[in-house]
Amino acid sequence: MKTYKSLLKSAFDDFKRNKVRTFLTSLGIMVGVLSVVLLIALGLGLKNYIQSQFESMGANLIMILPGSGFTGEGGAGFGGQGTVGGVSFDEQDLNSLSRISEIDYVVPIFMKGTSVESAGTSKFGSVMGINEDGFKLMNIEVESGKLFGKSDLQGSSKVAVLGNTMATDLFKEAAAAIGKTIRFENQRYKVIGVSKKKGDRQVDTAIFVPYKATYGSLNPDKKFWSIYLGIKSDDLITIARKKAEDTLLKRYNEDDFAVTEQSELLSSISQIFSIINTVLIAIGSISLFVGGIGIMNIMYATVTERTKEIGIRRAIGATQKDVLLQFLTESIVLSLLGGIAGLIVSAIIIWVVRFFFPASLNPIAVLVAIVVSSAIGILFGVFPARRAAKLSPIDAIRYE
Amino acid sequence: MINLNNVSKTYYLGEEKVIAVDNVTLKIKRGEYTSILGSSGSGKSTLMHIIGLLDQPTEGRIHINGKDISRLSDDSLSILRNKFVGFVFQQFNLINKLTVLENVVLPATYFKGRLDFDPIKKANGLLSKFGMGDRLNFYPNKISGGQQQKVAIARSLIMSPDLILADEPTGNLDSKTGNEILDILEDLNKNTGVTVIIVTHEKEVADRTKRQIYIKDGKVVGKYK
Repeated sequence: MKTYKSLLKSAFDDFKRNKVRTFLTSLGIMVGVLSVVLLIALGLGLKNYIQSQFESMGANLIMILPGSGFTGEGGAGFGGQGTVGGVSFDEQDLNSLSRISEIDYVVPIFMKGTSVESAGTSKFGSVMGINEDGFKLMNIEVESGKLFGKSDLQGSSKVAVLGNTMATDLFKEAAAAIGKTIRFENQRYKVIGVSKKKGDRQVDTAIFVPYKATYGSLNPDKKFWSIYLGIKSDDLITIARKKAEDTLLKRYNEDDFAVTEQSELLSSISQIFSIINTVLIAIGSISLFVGGIGIMNIMYATVTERTKEIGIRRAIGATQKDVLLQFLTESIVLSLLGGIAGLIVSAIIIWVVRFFFPASLNPIAVLVAIVVSSAIGILFGVFPARRAAKLSPIDAIRYE
Repeated sequence: MINLNNVSKTYYLGEEKVIAVDNVTLKIKRGEYTSILGSSGSGKSTLMHIIGLLDQPTEGRIHINGKDISRLSDDSLSILRNKFVGFVFQQFNLINKLTVLENVVLPATYFKGRLDFDPIKKANGLLSKFGMGDRLNFYPNKISGGQQQKVAIARSLIMSPDLILADEPTGNLDSKTGNEILDILEDLNKNTGVTVIIVTHEKEVADRTKRQIYIKDGKVVGKYK
């Protein structure tokens, strides 16, 4: 314990004497750790965000997408406009799917990005044509006014429910939107409700309208990009999925559509993100490696500079191992200082970024940063330290 | 205490074979006050390194307190050096980034085992004895050469070694300070019984010791007095 303390003291004394050099050397490791931690935090943050978005839609969900879905060439999440490869679905599909007994509700989704205007203000958002069960699907609750119901759908009423952000952007506050008229694509809709804020940009800036109301100039082909099926219970998902596939196969080819469970979708997303993360970590590792070389370089210089000191220590009884440990401690502490500085800076950046991006400091990233920077200290410090230990005491003490 | 039997040390400078120490047989008894006298290049430094366990002979045997140390590993030599020898150098060889007190304590930090004394207390005592009690927290480059050499002597004594090996201890000092240092070494020999070997090229320095070993061309050529 005592020697451990004196090793650390010796390391810090030396750093104090060479402040600029110490700073510059650990800077390499700092940048490396910073990039690794930051990249992991942003990558995981984004992944968690997307996962939570999916999970907020509720369980027991089956998605029907055109093409071969997320795993294949077709898919790109929610954002498409209905023509991303494969087929588009129509009302006939809705009817045949709703006849499956295991299915609780069927939600078609028509989506189109557009500019919405009211009283001189205009704002970009997505028009989402859904049915009344769509609110249940997306866990949307009303803040002001009301949601549209079955009768609005049947009557193709030109009514709209605004996402919270959309409403406040257009009308300053949610309640003010009720009863107002909005215009998009030469259509006029009356606002009957505003949803509660969800923190999901897609939902908060959406304009929900009865899907039948979009028929006409907005959706002349009466098509949907995707259909969501709410299943009555967990254990019915497999059967329901099989039945849905069979139903659709009567009309379409196997390659034209994909029936996906939410869990499958999540695992595809996880897969994509683990690839992205691997690439990011590889980039970070390169900067850590370069930082390590910087440490090695400086440690070699330090050993040469302190040859006489090494000679003195050896003469008064330091073993090779004592000298090795002294220099190894220095390189580890140097690297660890860089690592900790990198962590602190990334924590600050993450804290700032959190206001507009779902990043979070991952405890594993913290652990990895500390372990990796110590490992770099050992790896790149061991050769200079060995050189110091192997110096002949006589030659070293004569060195000027 | 120290027995050298037919000890030789040869090394190569490029192609040329150099016999630094040539078949030296020497016995130094416990408590002796001895000088090894020789001109530069005589091999006295190499002999000092061998006696001080910093170097090993290419031929011959060395026994210290009856133990053959000619074939010891580097680790064992380091451990023995720590306990057995205290060095005093011409260049003082203090570590400049450590304070006076830390320099004196340093050998104790390399002791492998449990110390039977408090190194800080002991260092304090030694430094006070040499009139350095008010310089404990000074750095070596802030004190005079004579003071540095006193610190070096205190460092050499911290482990209570059997042998003090002083290599030209007065070489970097004026004659008054040099004499002061020699007085200290003489007192130590007289009062504590520690064996003192002074390596020097100065006849006057050697004359102060009880025994002189004269080295020329790597050989012991004569004994004076």
